[in-house]
Amino acid sequence: MFDAAMIEVILLTLKLAGLTTLLLLILGTPLAWWLSRGRSLTRDVVSTIVSLPIVLPPTVLGFYLLIAMGPSSPLTTLVGRPLAFTFEGLVLGSVIYSMPFVVNPIRNAFEAMGPRPMEVAATLRASPWDAFVTVALPLASPGLLTGAILGFAHTVGEFGVVLMIGGSIPGRTKVLSTTIFDYVETLQWGRAHVLAGGMLILSFAVILFMTQVERRLVGGRGGR
Amino acid sequence: MIDARFAGALGAFRLDAAFTAPGHGVTALFGPSGCGKTSVLRCIAGLQRLPDGHLIVNGESWQDGRRFRPTHRRPLGYVFQEASLFPHLSVRENLSFGQRRVRGEPQRIGFDEVVDLLGIARLFDRPTDRLSGGERQRVAIGRALLSQPQLLLMDEPLSALDRISKDEILPYLERLHAALSIPVLYVSHDIAEVERLADTLVLMEAGRVRAAGPIADLLADPDLPLVHMPQPAAVIDGRVLSVDPRYELTELEVPGGRLLVAGDLGPVGSVRRLRIPASDVSLGRRAPVDTTILNALPALILGAEQTGGRQMTVRLALGADGRGAPLLSRVSRYSWDRLDLAPGQTVIARLKAVALRDSGPAADTPVSDPHP
Repeated sequence: MFDAAMIEVILLTLKLAGLTTLLLLILGTPLAWWLSRGRSLTRDVVSTIVSLPIVLPPTVLGFYLLIAMGPSSPLTTLVGRPLAFTFEGLVLGSVIYSMPFVVNPIRNAFEAMGPRPMEVAATLRASPWDAFVTVALPLASPGLLTGAILGFAHTVGEFGVVLMIGGSIPGRTKVLSTTIFDYVETLQWGRAHVLAGGMLILSFAVILFMTQVERRLVGGRGGR
Repeated sequence: MIDARFAGALGAFRLDAAFTAPGHGVTALFGPSGCGKTSVLRCIAGLQRLPDGHLIVNGESWQDGRRFRPTHRRPLGYVFQEASLFPHLSVRENLSFGQRRVRGEPQRIGFDEVVDLLGIARLFDRPTDRLSGGERQRVAIGRALLSQPQLLLMDEPLSALDRISKDEILPYLERLHAALSIPVLYVSHDIAEVERLADTLVLMEAGRVRAAGPIADLLADPDLPLVHMPQPAAVIDGRVLSVDPRYELTELEVPGGRLLVAGDLGPVGSVRRLRIPASDVSLGRRAPVDTTILNALPALILGAEQTGGRQMTVRLALGADGRGAPLLSRVSRYSWDRLDLAPGQTVIARLKAVALRDSGPAADTPVSDPHP
């Protein structure tokens, strides 16, 4: 059912989504924490920028990313080579594109927690970092899980941005979504069915799994 | 010894509070809702930072004009209004959360001791969300104590509880008071709690400290609003002298006299807090004869204020010389005039019923060696 080209595409997609999710958890968690601690104009502006990809047409985002990664941009000067049409460029684009889907659930979880648990931890002699790790993160774990899964799923599914900045170079930037498009365009319906159906089943499984784990996390509160 | 001074704006509210509290016993921060008592407690904990704040606890500066010690470096325990247990941790993990973080310091308060004192051993295996309100608050108190505080801050720890849970937890607080030597700052707007627990009172009003001092003095101070409450009362700490098991009567020594109190309040030598409502104290010129009233003591009239149209609230001090404990009496204006009473006179105060405010845990402990 799967040929070598398909396997390559699937592995590349998983690598892209996995790396993007990991980076987003590392960058997004502190960002979400900062955004959740109070209100200010700076926070509102940053929060708006983070959320832009939700409403922005992917082609618009992709267009600007393409320019930013093009031969004469400051980013290219900084990195030393253009990132457009490279795997690294795709990772960068995905991180920006998927950021709100990771940051917002984590931020909501931190906000729902309120200031009290951190205050309690401080009165029990826990330093801010200690309290963050031992209290805030465990309490926000359902949000972290939701964020990770949404980020992963969105990265797997992104199409417009990938097309704009990645092209569809086999082994480098040819991922699932663009491959399905290629199959359809070249009338390989059978192959499109395999990938599309696989995605459908995977998405269903992921959301079901997520619901189960989240219920266990929330239900298990103090259940030990 | 706690020396606190905080001034500054908290939103639209202006706090300007300064007081000192002794380094032992329970000091109540008392006042109506919104008077700033919780803000003061949060400032002391370092949860709230006012730039114009000074705080010295047991000789160590926790905050002054330049330095501010963050909360987690202050050796304090804080009991919030809601127990605020960590829902992701078990009861046992909650209890040891603070203790694990002070491993290097001398452990003056042991795990078993706290568990025993608060009666929480059987809660260990229960999820935190299956505890009753009172049980949760007891775990929270234990958790705070196990972080080895040098100062315990309690922010209306009973106000979120129903009457039954309150009655369940108060005896534990009294036991704490007796068993531990750490000073407690206790925020409350419930005078009954304060009368029962506090040794020192800091009376707050609109962001300021109106008065501070021993509770017995402040309750009877004519310049303070406490005397004018609908049910004013005096509190007196008495030492158990003897217990008569035949009549279940306890004799206590109080400043300026002796009192007979119903019930077995042993053991001998222990200190019991008595609450004597002003309405239970009547005044007479001579010692009563052939009466069922047990307690009739000489007392000096310090002053009297008219309360409403018909009544007088009379301030007294036990002993003919007036050197004993403060006492309040509510008598009718008619009686006051008929007996021709006036400040400076010595009268006989008759105490209708003297009882513990509520029976403490020791009240039903049998006394092994009664001294009739």
